[in-house]
Amino acid sequence: MSCEPWQCAEVSSTKKANPIQKPEVAVAMIKKAQRPILIVGSNATDRWMEGKQLIDFLIDFAKASKVPVLATAHMVGEFLKRGYEPAGFMSAMDIGNRLVDYEWKGLDGKGHPDLALFVGIPFYMEGLILTGLMHFAPDLKTMTLDNMYHPHASWSFPNATLEEWASNLKVMTSKFEGGQ
Amino acid sequence: MTTKNVHIKIDEMKTATSLVKNLEVSVGKVIDDSWNEPMGPTPKPSMSTLRDWDLKLLNRYKPFYMPDCDLCCLCTFGKCDLTAGKRGACGLDMAAQSSRIVLLACCIGAATHTAHSRHMIHHLIEKYGRRYPLDIGGMNIKVEAPITRLVTGIRPQTLGDLEEVLEYAEEQITQAVAVAHTGQEGNNLDFESKAFHVGMVDHVGMEIGDIAQVSTLGMPKAEPEAPLVSLGIGSVDISKPVIMCIGHNVIPSVGIIDYMKDNNVADKMEVVGLCCTAHDITRYYNRGRIIGPISWQLRFIRGGFADVIVLDEQCVRTDVTDEARKTHTPVIAASEKNCMGFRNRTEDDTDEIVSDLVTGKVAGVLILDPEKVGEVAVRVAQKVAPVRKKLKNLPELDQIISQAKTCRQCNICRRNCPQDLKIPEALKAASEGDITRLTDLYEYCIGCGRCEEACPIKLNIHSYIIKAGEKFMTEESNYCRAGRGAVQDVEIRNVGSPIVLGEIPGILAVVGCSNYPKGGKDVYDICREFANRRYIVVTSGCAAMTAGSYKNAEGKTLYEEFPGGFEAGGVLNTGSCVSNSHIAGAAIKVANIFAKRSLRGNYEEIADYIYNRLGAVGLAWGAYSQKAAAIAAGFWRLGIPVLVGPHGSKYRRMLLGREDKPEDWEVYDARTGDKVNVGPAPEHLFQTVETPQEAMVSIAKLCIRPNDTWKGRSIKLSHYVDLHKRYYGTMPQDLHLFVRTLADVPMTLKDEFNKILEAKNWKENVIPDPTLLPRMVRKMKE
Repeated sequence: MSCEPWQCAEVSSTKKANPIQKPEVAVAMIKKAQRPILIVGSNATDRWMEGKQLIDFLIDFAKASKVPVLATAHMVGEFLKRGYEPAGFMSAMDIGNRLVDYEWKGLDGKGHPDLALFVGIPFYMEGLILTGLMHFAPDLKTMTLDNMYHPHASWSFPNATLEEWASNLKVMTSKFEGGQ
Repeated sequence: MTTKNVHIKIDEMKTATSLVKNLEVSVGKVIDDSWNEPMGPTPKPSMSTLRDWDLKLLNRYKPFYMPDCDLCCLCTFGKCDLTAGKRGACGLDMAAQSSRIVLLACCIGAATHTAHSRHMIHHLIEKYGRRYPLDIGGMNIKVEAPITRLVTGIRPQTLGDLEEVLEYAEEQITQAVAVAHTGQEGNNLDFESKAFHVGMVDHVGMEIGDIAQVSTLGMPKAEPEAPLVSLGIGSVDISKPVIMCIGHNVIPSVGIIDYMKDNNVADKMEVVGLCCTAHDITRYYNRGRIIGPISWQLRFIRGGFADVIVLDEQCVRTDVTDEARKTHTPVIAASEKNCMGFRNRTEDDTDEIVSDLVTGKVAGVLILDPEKVGEVAVRVAQKVAPVRKKLKNLPELDQIISQAKTCRQCNICRRNCPQDLKIPEALKAASEGDITRLTDLYEYCIGCGRCEEACPIKLNIHSYIIKAGEKFMTEESNYCRAGRGAVQDVEIRNVGSPIVLGEIPGILAVVGCSNYPKGGKDVYDICREFANRRYIVVTSGCAAMTAGSYKNAEGKTLYEEFPGGFEAGGVLNTGSCVSNSHIAGAAIKVANIFAKRSLRGNYEEIADYIYNRLGAVGLAWGAYSQKAAAIAAGFWRLGIPVLVGPHGSKYRRMLLGREDKPEDWEVYDARTGDKVNVGPAPEHLFQTVETPQEAMVSIAKLCIRPNDTWKGRSIKLSHYVDLHKRYYGTMPQDLHLFVRTLADVPMTLKDEFNKILEAKNWKENVIPDPTLLPRMVRKMKE
């Protein structure tokens, strides 16, 4: 799996995301986080793996891990259609803007997230939000669960095939109590 | 106009006592007091004049920066790493650097429009004289230049009057560019304020350019029923010689059309345009054709349809020369801004230039005289067409199949595609004889050609996509309404009240370029949705073309389906890039004509009026350019929110409100001086939306304004809830922020609203006479 930015011109400069070589590493970091949040973008219904849509893998993961889900764009409706109620929904820019404000107390009003997981926002848009967080929320850790390497995150999976991606998501789900 | 230049020149004069030779007397200005509107507080504002107003907006809509680069490389102290709070050698931090880039983008955009107008006005004055009267709508338009009146305090009446306006705009742009020098401004909000300033000036630059060309070139003068014009290469008779003009400045195209008419060959040739020049060609010449937006340049050049390509300025592909050479198409560059490396042949003998282009001795020429451009383009097209029509320019299908077999499936094409198109899969299918996957890409490809640049074995991928989609391309024949120009005063009178009171739910301006995330159909769908909902839908530029590129079930384009008036359910194309000024102009005219607010040099009051009362929102679904940035900045300062599609995130800075912070949403009630919380209306000033579904919901929400009457608010909330339920599958969770009294609640949705209002502990509020300006309060409480 390659750790080159998925879009070739999206070169990092001074910092580069740590590659997640095994899904278990991502699981360990999510378990370590006190207040993680999973931000799911519009590609969640555009990407298909093993006959299922990405959103279906993410619902399994969210149910298993209990990580609250924030749906961007119109994805809330897609979650609801599948019987899963996300913890919140707002635009991708709005959640980025809230994450750079340490006074924002999260979707439940109990505290600012310490780990933001991103998946399924168009690559260039997600990359820009990640740069915003890298610069203006340096204490926040960010991770991407896409199959595209995002250099501006704190941690990112390398570029991967759809099969590898599906496998990673399933392994992650299985490592949480609710996914066994 | 309040001032006039007087210039007296005497070559020789004999009197009884003296002989005078070469005497020149200039009287700078003579005051003309025929305009009885009193001058407002801010004529010709400098960069800091409206800073307080900007800061009111910027403190409500704080910038969210997404730097594309961690470094600053603008001076030799650098490169400086500005990551995560570090400052550079000059002391600048990343927020200021990011806003500096925003300012630079806006300066480039404003300079481009203003330089375009300067060139055009200079040319038109030379041709028609300084005293040529401005007329953009006859008796239907008394407020001929609302932005210019508002910003400069000048009421231009003749072409010559526009020069003083230009001087003001040029000075402000120069001052603003200077701000970006190392060691000038250091605060991000001050950079932002200056970006707003340049945006405002950009609208002045656009306005005077368009009113000059409308007045002199016989373009539609604020006509709701401006003619329908042909759109698409399928509407072009390609058996005739075809001249294709690309860019924005119509003057060389006018030279071509005039020459054709003067020499009785107009019906024997085709003049077509790409990008905004296309709009202005069809505004000038009813047989002109629009063949597409900016992003389709490669498509049409490689298709080989053009027998001559004429380039003017802005958004022209800089590799046109190389591309045209492949199809043996002569090129004429017609703008100083865009010489393309060609030799300047302006002073050369026309026969010689024609001969050089026809024989292929030179691939292209630079000609800076539009009349000569006209003659050369027509004569060359006539001569080369018979030979060129026999050429095959796109690869044959068997060639595509055989070349696709050499594809290594390395994925580099996809990784360089801004749209992340699945090109490798399409090539694999092609290698097996199935080109339908390539055909599928045709609609989604934005024509940048980056796939080919990246391909390690130099496959002509874009040409394969064009060939696979050739049938769609050559059969495309639709209609766009010719750019109508301004909105009539009477139209403003008719809709002013329902707009301000909220009964027309909003004005949606769908504008800008064509860097769309998934083809252009979204633009059509969004326009149609809101026209059906009785919003006023205004279009311009490439978005206006795209909106006309699809048909409904009855085979009608948007412009055939909906009226072209500024009215509920109207879809009106104002015209080219510079015609965007009429959209801002219409908003300003509502304040002036309907609400009787004085315009002259009275920017802050008018912006405050528009911001609090006029439910207008701009959508630049495919914005890509610096000009689009400047146009947006002009709308921001007027308090009009702008949405961009996903690629618009690359402008790298949003202006976002926080609906979860009630303290951000207080206004003064002008009747009492009380501070009233009006909720997040509008919630954002500049926002990227990710999908067309999100765009539709956001548009409906962003049209809500503090001044809405209960009836208007109820209508707006109905649309917001309806779209939200349709696309998000649930009720909005923020309705309590927009309900002031129970009368605001739509009748049919009472039960659903009540549940949310109860859950959110909603309390009734007053509907104020809203203003952000303490000086507008009529009776301030002690």
